Amino acid sequence: MHQQVPILKIDDFWIASVQGSLHDQDVIEFKEALLNKIMQPKSRGLIIDLTVLDVVDSFVTKTLIDIRGLAGLMGVPVVIAGMSPAVAITLVEMGLNLEGVDTALNLQKGLDKLRNAGKER
Amino acid sequence: MLERTSSIENELDIIAARRCAKEIAKELGFSTVDQVRIATAISELARNVVLYAKNGSIAIRVLCEGGRKGLEILVADNGPGIPNVELAMTDGYSTSGGLGAGLPGAKRLMDTFRIDSKLGQGTTIVARKWKA
Ligand SMILES: Nc1ncnc2c1ncn2[C@@H]1O[C@H](COP(=O)(O)OP(=O)(O)OP(=O)(O)O)[C@@H](O)[C@H]1O
Ligand SMILES: [Mg+2]
Repeated sequence: MHQQVPILKIDDFWIASVQGSLHDQDVIEFKEALLNKIMQPKSRGLIIDLTVLDVVDSFVTKTLIDIRGLAGLMGVPVVIAGMSPAVAITLVEMGLNLEGVDTALNLQKGLDKLRNAGKER
Repeated sequence: MLERTSSIENELDIIAARRCAKEIAKELGFSTVDQVRIATAISELARNVVLYAKNGSIAIRVLCEGGRKGLEILVADNGPGIPNVELAMTDGYSTSGGLGAGLPGAKRLMDTFRIDSKLGQGTTIVARKWKA
């Protein structure tokens, strides 16, 4: 039951769509794979699509915050897309905030956000 | 189906336990948000078992009291126990470099939450969620 998250590139944006439940080792591997991608030249942004992820707990949250911090150091903006309302409500109640992590309703909106961010610079 | 017990030893057991709880919650007619709350609480408690006690068990029980339906989670381990429960229940407190959100977060997600821990003996947590 090994979950690999495909990481695709569209224009200069990296897109990772999480496919289902990730166990802890998968999450760690996912983080490393992402960092390897965005280190490549011509990386203008990263979208992590969580549409089908049904549980986001403190471990996953910590990983997302870590990814966004490391990506930030490389000057690569990160957007979390597609988090379901139920997951978002649960996170807030847990007292977890994705501080500094940009979110978007879906993949398309996330891509728009990154493109616009690129223009502003 | 009134009770399901599973042993928790590794990361895969965490996913299996929360999936099972979510299914039961759905069957009982819990709202989508409640299903996620319950599954997330289990994820936190089960991860703590794997992380701090190596192994333990999770029992999920269906409650029926005075016409109300609910779900009870019982998480037990024979690990090292928690030296200071009050501290462990504080937001941001972690001995493992985590966010320290697991225990206080799980408590907020459930309706009732009781934790018993004895040094050198282990930790037991009973939490309940009632259908709105
Ligand atoms: N079952 C347990 N046995 C022994 N100690 C525990 C157990 N559960 C929690 N603890 C202790 O309580 C502390 C707080 O737990 P909590 O789940 O809130 O945070 P965390 O596990 O450190 O981080 P997070 O859950 O946010 O990833 C832990 O760091 C650990 O020291
Ligand atoms: Mg924890």
